[in-house]
Amino acid sequence: MIVVLLAHVVGAALAGALGPRLGRHVFLLAGLAPLTTVGYVAINAGDVLDGEAQAESYRWVPGLGLEFSFRVDALSLVMLSLVGGIGVLVFVYASRYFHGDEAGLHRFAAFFTAFAGAMTGLVSADDLLLVFIFWELTSVTSYGLIGFNDRSAQARASAVQALIITGAGGLALLAGLLLIQIESGARSFSELEGMQLSGTVITWAAVLVLIGAFTKSAQAPFHGWLPGAMAAPTPVSSYLHSATMVKAGVFLVARLSPAMKEVDTWRFLAVTVGVLTMLWGGYRALRQTDLKLLLAYGTVSQLGMLIATFGVGKDKLYTAGVAMLVAHALFKAALFMIVGVIDHSTHTRQIHELSGLARKMPLATAATAVAALSMMGMIPFFGFVAKEFVISGFLAANFALIDWATAGIVVGSALTTAYTLRFLWGAFADKPGVETDFHAPDAAFVGPTILLAVPTVFLGLFPSLAEEFVHPAAAVLEASAAEVQLKLWPGFVFALGLSAIAITGGAILFAFRRPIERVQERLALGIDAAGIFQAMLSGFLRWAANVTGIVQSGSLPAYLGIIIVAAVAIPAVTIVGDVTTPDDLVAAESWLQVVIVVATMAAAAGVTVARRRFGAVLMLGAVGYGVAALYVVQGAPDLAMTQLLVETVIIAFFVLVLRHLPDRFEQGPSFTQARVFRLAVSGLVGIAVMIIMLASVSERTEVPVDAEIAARSLPEGDGSNIVNVILVDFRGFDTLGEIVVLGVAALGVVGLVRTGRRERAGITEPVTPIAASQPTDRTGPTDPTTPTREQTSV
Amino acid sequence: MSEPGRQVSIGEPSVVLDVVYRLLFQTVILIALYLHLAGHNQPGGGFIAGLVVGAAFVLRFITARPQFASRRPIRGEVAIGTGILLAGGMGITSLVLGNSLLEHHAWEFELAVVGKVKATSALVFDTGVLLVVIGVVVLVLDVLGSEGDQPAGVRDEEVTR
Repeated sequence: MIVVLLAHVVGAALAGALGPRLGRHVFLLAGLAPLTTVGYVAINAGDVLDGEAQAESYRWVPGLGLEFSFRVDALSLVMLSLVGGIGVLVFVYASRYFHGDEAGLHRFAAFFTAFAGAMTGLVSADDLLLVFIFWELTSVTSYGLIGFNDRSAQARASAVQALIITGAGGLALLAGLLLIQIESGARSFSELEGMQLSGTVITWAAVLVLIGAFTKSAQAPFHGWLPGAMAAPTPVSSYLHSATMVKAGVFLVARLSPAMKEVDTWRFLAVTVGVLTMLWGGYRALRQTDLKLLLAYGTVSQLGMLIATFGVGKDKLYTAGVAMLVAHALFKAALFMIVGVIDHSTHTRQIHELSGLARKMPLATAATAVAALSMMGMIPFFGFVAKEFVISGFLAANFALIDWATAGIVVGSALTTAYTLRFLWGAFADKPGVETDFHAPDAAFVGPTILLAVPTVFLGLFPSLAEEFVHPAAAVLEASAAEVQLKLWPGFVFALGLSAIAITGGAILFAFRRPIERVQERLALGIDAAGIFQAMLSGFLRWAANVTGIVQSGSLPAYLGIIIVAAVAIPAVTIVGDVTTPDDLVAAESWLQVVIVVATMAAAAGVTVARRRFGAVLMLGAVGYGVAALYVVQGAPDLAMTQLLVETVIIAFFVLVLRHLPDRFEQGPSFTQARVFRLAVSGLVGIAVMIIMLASVSERTEVPVDAEIAARSLPEGDGSNIVNVILVDFRGFDTLGEIVVLGVAALGVVGLVRTGRRERAGITEPVTPIAASQPTDRTGPTDPTTPTREQTSV
Repeated sequence: MSEPGRQVSIGEPSVVLDVVYRLLFQTVILIALYLHLAGHNQPGGGFIAGLVVGAAFVLRFITARPQFASRRPIRGEVAIGTGILLAGGMGITSLVLGNSLLEHHAWEFELAVVGKVKATSALVFDTGVLLVVIGVVVLVLDVLGSEGDQPAGVRDEEVTR
C-alpha cells in the first residue's frame, strides 16, 4: 500500500516538474499513479475477497500512538478499484480535455495526482487519525482543483466555499473521531470492528462524525459547495465530485454504521438528512438548464440516497448500498465525461442550445443512454439491480420512520427518472429551430465514457458477477449481508411495483416539465444555499472585524501591560496566601550579589521613568548586563555569555529603530501619570514573579531533573556542557521549534517594516490594522517581538 | 518624522571605529568558530556563536554601512532557511535511520596533527541554530537599517543632519 501512495507522491512531483514540457500529455504520465492502485487491486483481489484483509503498518509518532497503518478489506478494495480504475480513465480523458497550451496545467496535474493519492490513502487507512489526515488532504487538493481557473472570480469563490465547508466538517469529524477513540479505546477501524457503541458521549460523537460526512458528501444544508464546484474543469467534476471524493462521507457512514447500530441519533440523522437531500437535490435538478449543474444536483440527490441506505445499518441495505455505490460511480463518471465532450464539441452546455447530437455521435449517445438509464434504475442495467435492492431493503427494515423514508426514496427515484430524462432530452434530442455547431471529438476523448458503459451492462445482466465483490464488501459491515442474493429479475414483488411507480411517475413529471418549471420559478425564494453561505461568511467577517477593532487598539504598551499583568500578576494573587518560604532560603550568598541586584533594580526603575528614549534603552541594557553578571557570579558561563550577547545585539537593534522615533517621550502632565503607572505595573509584576518563584521552589513534589540530566549528559548526549546538550539533544525538538519561531518572527518584522514603509511612500495597499498603527505608536519602546523571543529561548 | 529633535546617526564614516573593526573582525569570527566547535563540551554552542558573529556584523554595520549593504556575506532569509533545513533535516534523518527524532550520535577518529577528534551529529543541528541566529541578525540589520526606511523623497543624510 505504501508503494502505491509513494507512486502518487512521485507522480505528483514529476507532473509538477516535467509538466511544462509535456503539455497535456502530462496526464498520461501522471495516470501511471492510479494505475499502480489498479495493479494493487489486481494483485490482492483474490486474497482480500476471500476475507483476508491486507494490513500494513509503519511507525510515525509513537509518542502520540500515531501510525501509518493501512488495512485493505473487501470494502476498501471496492473503493480502491473505483478510485484507481475511474482514476486511470479520467486521466486519459483529461489528456484530451485540456488544450496543450493552457497555463498552469502541470500544477493542475500535480494536484490531481495528489488528490488520487489522498483518496487512495483515505479508503485504505485503518488508524482513525490517519483517516482524518487523508480526509483533509482531499479537501485541500480539491480546493486547488476547483480553483484551477484562477482568473475567474467565481471559480475562486467556489473553491473557497468548498474548502471552508468541507474544512469545517473535517474539524467536526476530528472531534467526533477523538470522542469515539476516548470513549471506546479503539484507535482504528479494525479495533472498532464488532464493537457496539452507545452512551451520551457517543451520541455527540455520532452527530459530529455525521456533520463531517454530510459536508463531504454534500448533504443538505451543506450541499451548496457541490454545484459551485462545477466551476472546476470536467475531469475534476467527473472524478472528485461524482465518483470518489464525495463518496468519502458515504464510505465513512458505511464504515461506522455497524458500530453505531445502537445509537438512534445516528440512524435518525443519516436517514432523514439523506432522504431529504435526495428529494431536494432531485427537485433542484429539474430546474437546471446547464447539463453540468443538472448532474451536480443529481449527484447531491444520489449521495443522499446512499447516506440513508448505509445509515439504517441493516444487512440487506449494506449489500444494496455497496452495489449502488459502484453503480453510481460507474454511471455518474461517464455522464460527467460526456458533458465535457459535448461542451468541447459544441461550446455550450445549455440544454436549450443543444440539438441533434444523437445523430452526430451515435456511439457516444448509446453509451450515455446506458449510463443514464442505469441512473434512472431501468432494467436491465446495474443501476436497476442496485436500486431495486435499496427499495426492498427499506421495505424489510424496521424502525420508527421507515415508512416515510421508503416513501421518500420512491419519490426521490421518480425525481431521478425525471431529471435523467431531462438530461437525455436536453443533451441529445432534436429541438425544432435550434442549430448547434459541432465538431467530432477524438476517440480517446469519448473512449472512457464507452468503457464505463460496459460494466454497467454486464453487471446488470449478470448480477452474480457483482456478487463476487459486493458480498465480501458488505460482509465486512455485517456477515449476514453476504447471504443476500442480487438478482436481475426479483419476480413480481412489492419493491418492483414501487420501482415501476417511480419510473412512471418520473416520466409523467418529465412530460409536464414546462408547467413544473413555471411552478418552481414561482416558488423560488431567490436565495439558495450558496447565497446563504455567502451571507453567513460576510456577516462572520464583519463580526470579526468589529471584535478586532475593540481588542486590537494598536498600542503596544497597552498590549504589553495587559499580557504581563494577566500572565503574571493574576496567578500570583491567587497563590499568595498559600506560599510558604522554604527552610533553606538565604537572602544572598555574597555581597557581590547584593551590589549587582541593587544596581539592576535601580536601572529597571530608571527605565520606567526615563524621559528620553535612548536613555531608557541604555538602562534596559544595563538591566540585562546586571542579570548576566548574576549568572557569572553563580557560575553559569553559558547563560552569562548568551545574555551579554543578546543584550548587545538588541541595543544595536533598538538604536536602529530609535532613529525613526522622537528623541523624548511625550511630555506634559499625562507623562507624569504614565511614569507612575508604569513604575507601579513594573513593581507589581516584579513582586508577582518573586511570589511565583517562591511558590514553585517550595511546592516541589517531584524530584528535580537537574541531577539526572547532569548524570546522563556525557554518556547519552556525548557532551560535557550540560546546557548545550540540553539545547541540541535532550530538548532538541524545543530548540528546533524555537529557531523556527525566531526565523518566522524575523520575517514578520521584515513584513511589518516594509508594509509601513510602502504606506509612507504613498502606495495604498490593504494592510492589517496592527501593521498600519505600528509606526504611530506613542510611548512604547519598540517592537518587542524578536528580542523577547531571543531571551526566552535561552 | 513630524518632530525634528535630535536623531541618532549610524554609519557615518569613523576612522577609529573602522580601524578597530579591521583589527577585530577576523579574530571575532575565529572566536565564534571556536565557541561553536567546542560548545558541546565547553561553554559555547551554536546559539552563542551565532550571536558573536551577529555582534561582529553589528560592528561592521556601525562602522561602514554602505559596505555592509553591498558586500553582505549572506542574505538573512537564505541563512534562516538553510539553518532550519539543516536542523530539521538532521532530525528527520535520524528518524529515517530508525532512531527517534533528533537522536544524536558521536564518532571518534584520529586526525593528523590534531589528534583524537570527537564529532557528533549534534554539531550539524547546532550549525543550523548558528545559521538561523546569524540570519536573524543580518535580516533585522538589513531591514531596520536600510536607507529606504525614510519618508518618501527625504534622503537619509538630510534626516540625520
